[in-house]
Amino acid sequence: MSDSIKEITMPKWGLSMKEGKLLEWSVNEGDEISKGDEIADVETEKIASAVEAPASGKLRKIVTENDTVYPVGALLGVIADDSVSDDEVNAYVEKFLAEFVPPEDDDEEEVSASEFIDINGLNIRYVSKGEGDDTILLIHGFGGDLDNWLFNHDDLVARTGKKVIALDLPGHGQSSKSVGDGSQDFLADTVIAFMKAVGVDKAHLVGHSMGGAVALNIASKQADMVNSLSLICSAGLGKEINLEYLDGFIGSDSRKQIKPFLQQLFADVDLVTRQLINNMLQYKRLDGVTAALQQIKDGFIEGASQKKQFNDVLGSVSKASVIWGAKDQIIPASHKDNISGGNVEVLSVADAGHMVQMEAAKEVNEAIANTVA
Amino acid sequence: MARKITYQQAVNEALDQEMARDPSVIVMGEDVVGGQGSPGEMDAWGGVLGVTKGLYAKHGDRIMDTPITESGYIGAAVGAATCGMRPVAELMFIDFMGVCLDQIFNQAGKFKYMFGGKAETPVVIRAMYGAGFRAAAQHSQCLYSVFTHFPGIKVVLPSTPYDVKGLLIQSIRDNDPVMFLEHKMLYTLEGEVPEEPYTIPFGEANLVREGGDVTIVGFGRMVHLAAEVADKLAKEGISCDVIDPRTTSPLDEETILESIENTGRLVVVDESNPRCSMASDIAELAATKAFSSLKAAIQTVTAPHVPTPFAASLEDAYIPSVDHIEAAVRKALK
Amino acid sequence: MSELSKNQLLDAYRMMRTIRDFEVRVHDEFAKGGIPGFVHLYAGEEASATGICMHLNDEDRIASTHRGHGHCIAKGVDVMGMMAEIYGKETGTCKGKGGSMHIADLDRGMLGANGIVGGGPPLICGVGLAHKMRGTDGVGIAFFGDGASNQGTTLEAMNLATVWNLPCIFVVENNGYAETTSSEWSVSCDSYADRAAGFGMPGTTCDGHDFFAVHETAGEAIKRARSGGGPSFIEVKLNRYYGHFEGDSQTYRGDNEVEKIKAEKDCLMLFRKRVTEANLLDASEMDAIDKEVAELIDESVKKAEAAAEPSVDTLLTDVYVSY
Repeated sequence: MSDSIKEITMPKWGLSMKEGKLLEWSVNEGDEISKGDEIADVETEKIASAVEAPASGKLRKIVTENDTVYPVGALLGVIADDSVSDDEVNAYVEKFLAEFVPPEDDDEEEVSASEFIDINGLNIRYVSKGEGDDTILLIHGFGGDLDNWLFNHDDLVARTGKKVIALDLPGHGQSSKSVGDGSQDFLADTVIAFMKAVGVDKAHLVGHSMGGAVALNIASKQADMVNSLSLICSAGLGKEINLEYLDGFIGSDSRKQIKPFLQQLFADVDLVTRQLINNMLQYKRLDGVTAALQQIKDGFIEGASQKKQFNDVLGSVSKASVIWGAKDQIIPASHKDNISGGNVEVLSVADAGHMVQMEAAKEVNEAIANTVA
Repeated sequence: MARKITYQQAVNEALDQEMARDPSVIVMGEDVVGGQGSPGEMDAWGGVLGVTKGLYAKHGDRIMDTPITESGYIGAAVGAATCGMRPVAELMFIDFMGVCLDQIFNQAGKFKYMFGGKAETPVVIRAMYGAGFRAAAQHSQCLYSVFTHFPGIKVVLPSTPYDVKGLLIQSIRDNDPVMFLEHKMLYTLEGEVPEEPYTIPFGEANLVREGGDVTIVGFGRMVHLAAEVADKLAKEGISCDVIDPRTTSPLDEETILESIENTGRLVVVDESNPRCSMASDIAELAATKAFSSLKAAIQTVTAPHVPTPFAASLEDAYIPSVDHIEAAVRKALK
Repeated sequence: MSELSKNQLLDAYRMMRTIRDFEVRVHDEFAKGGIPGFVHLYAGEEASATGICMHLNDEDRIASTHRGHGHCIAKGVDVMGMMAEIYGKETGTCKGKGGSMHIADLDRGMLGANGIVGGGPPLICGVGLAHKMRGTDGVGIAFFGDGASNQGTTLEAMNLATVWNLPCIFVVENNGYAETTSSEWSVSCDSYADRAAGFGMPGTTCDGHDFFAVHETAGEAIKRARSGGGPSFIEVKLNRYYGHFEGDSQTYRGDNEVEKIKAEKDCLMLFRKRVTEANLLDASEMDAIDKEVAELIDESVKKAEAAAEPSVDTLLTDVYVSY
């Protein structure tokens, strides 16, 4: 009886999420829904996204009010087929609500999960989840941080059973804002030193955008340290890049200025919430960030093109995948076609942009899991 | 996500980090160390509410207690600024502006203009303002509209720990005279504040809530009350833009006007007395520059035209409340 | 007197003569209606500004009063720019935006004439504070009148300078009148030196008609300040020839009061007498200076009259460094 009742609860996206605001449902009570369907819109401090149906069946009850905040784990609705009576559904809901205890204030959890390590005089922040000898290293892109992997980090641990580490590159997130000479080699060397310092001799590298070029650079310098490469909307596979975006992002100092540039990152511009913009401005306003970003940009770009291409490196890695959002406005999706030879899987995701790992997390996580298997 | 500290700790951190970074930054005020010349503990107070505690131990003579001589030391801060120092002088309560106003508005604020552009006066004057402490008439006023009136002065009123640190660092680095105003009831408010130094530009409002039905502009502590009202009304399907200008001079007119063009309805919440207040200033802005967008009369929520009373029952009636604000929003929606 | 070189004596004379001629000319031009606003003239008080400012360099700063032309000239502010400023022209020291009461040149260490009585002393504490914190040996000098000597800001500044041991000198130019009110009536102490002592500050009095007396008194105070000895107070007793402002008919003064002072105590006259009798300077040398100065002042007026008023474009500029 109660086996056939499935709970829909407020998901936890990323370490720091404690609650989400349920905006509205896109289905109604009584509708048949399939597992994986997007059924409700939720906005958090970091991003807006959709709750997916955890199972197939009939949506029997919605217990939320629109535009209301609920803690992670709170009951949002209930799925059951017609064999379950309304009374049973209501009793289930009542029991849940009566017994529900929202998770404790987990500032501690988030703070203690963030670790810091000194790499060549730089303070580097990282988060490590999962156990095992085999490690996946997630490398974010220009202007990003380890929270870019919000929808990927936990899922990858679950899917692969491996240890998954995400770091903040120098100049980004909560790592030191000094970026040496700003060169691509500086970034790659720092990540190599990081890997050695945390006891990872060899890893599956996953790089997004500029992080992809960093991963490729590492593979070209220290092939023995790279198990596989998963490159997402990656730099380093072609010359073209949206220079206007880079300059605009670096030069923006207000909400009004930065919003249109952030919107270019996504296929769905509604994902660029007020909070996302605020978080980005908060990062950009830290002392030294603008200078660091400029230096890194100069290390990557000559005139209007990317300085370095690493297409040949792909061929020398034992396993690799190249994943692109078809609507990428920053680095053209056509760069995925610049691959020749080697054991490279190519995946194009139709309705996603540059931040495909957020917009189509499931597909991306699946592709990565296949690459590292 | 950053660690949480209080508004008051954020002020302290901003001062500490800027003093560490720039030797020309000096801090002065009554009891900001607390104990100068006295036989007991040095740094006994660290400011009347402890905001500057600990700075003496780190920065020594660069933070100094003053005699009770506002004209004297505010003027000294102004004079030192013209010589290239970056003084941060504390006027303990904004209510004391009467005994040093000349040095602020006639001297500091006018040097650049009167002297044909040559002078620069990078002085910051920090002061506490606001009611709620039962501190009565001479220790509870807002008065930021008075300073907003003066050309040559900038006026900053942060409402959160994140804003107060970034705006104070910005104020210290700014090359014009800045009145930096801290609401005394916000000192214990906690919020996430990055450990690293950062700045927030002047003239950039913060959009605290987003919505299309009503524009609410709030100042200082009133921002929080406005947000509370917005959240309550959201459950009824009424959505509000809640705008915190953060600085009244310069003022982010653009954000306010854009919002009014979208909603057509304006409520201004200002803890000040009503005449010649920021409430009247924003109402004027809307009436002159967004008139054709207005669908309803502008609503203002302010304290009454009386000095701040002492008794708790009276002070609570004096300060604009969430009920007052909610009523004003509903009125704007009729 | 013997400490000063011949060149210094010539400079002193030139300075006083420049101030005198400047002020007399402004008086004349104002009467003709050529100068806008208010002017407050320093004629008669030249020995004070000259005797004190001769000790100073550009790192030392002075603050002045509404009666500031003499201090400006003594501190080295350009005479051409000053006249143009008084005429409200774009070539003025302050681009025509300050006028007589707000002439300033920070490069010369002149923190401005000031329209607020008592506005200067607290600012000078700031100057002293800056030097003290930086460990440099510059000084700040606040010039103010007997009127300002009673203003709270002045008294606060005196206290602050003493408790913080600042290199500041407080100079009261006591010309006996605060606008129309005599200092006899409004100043509570018999001697300013007593008032200074009350603040724990050394105080001296000197005759403001005697350049050498002023110069020597100032020298001691400035030396004390530079060497970390803290603030001093100097009373310079002198007289102004003209009214509080131009247009003031001075009916509050005694019969022939000004004529008598001019005849007996004029500082230029006394200086001339002393240096010629002591064979330090030739009358002809000073006559030559008189001629040069007259030409300088003449030129400054011609240039000022010819210059344009500031363009309306500049109305809104220079309020803030950035906004």
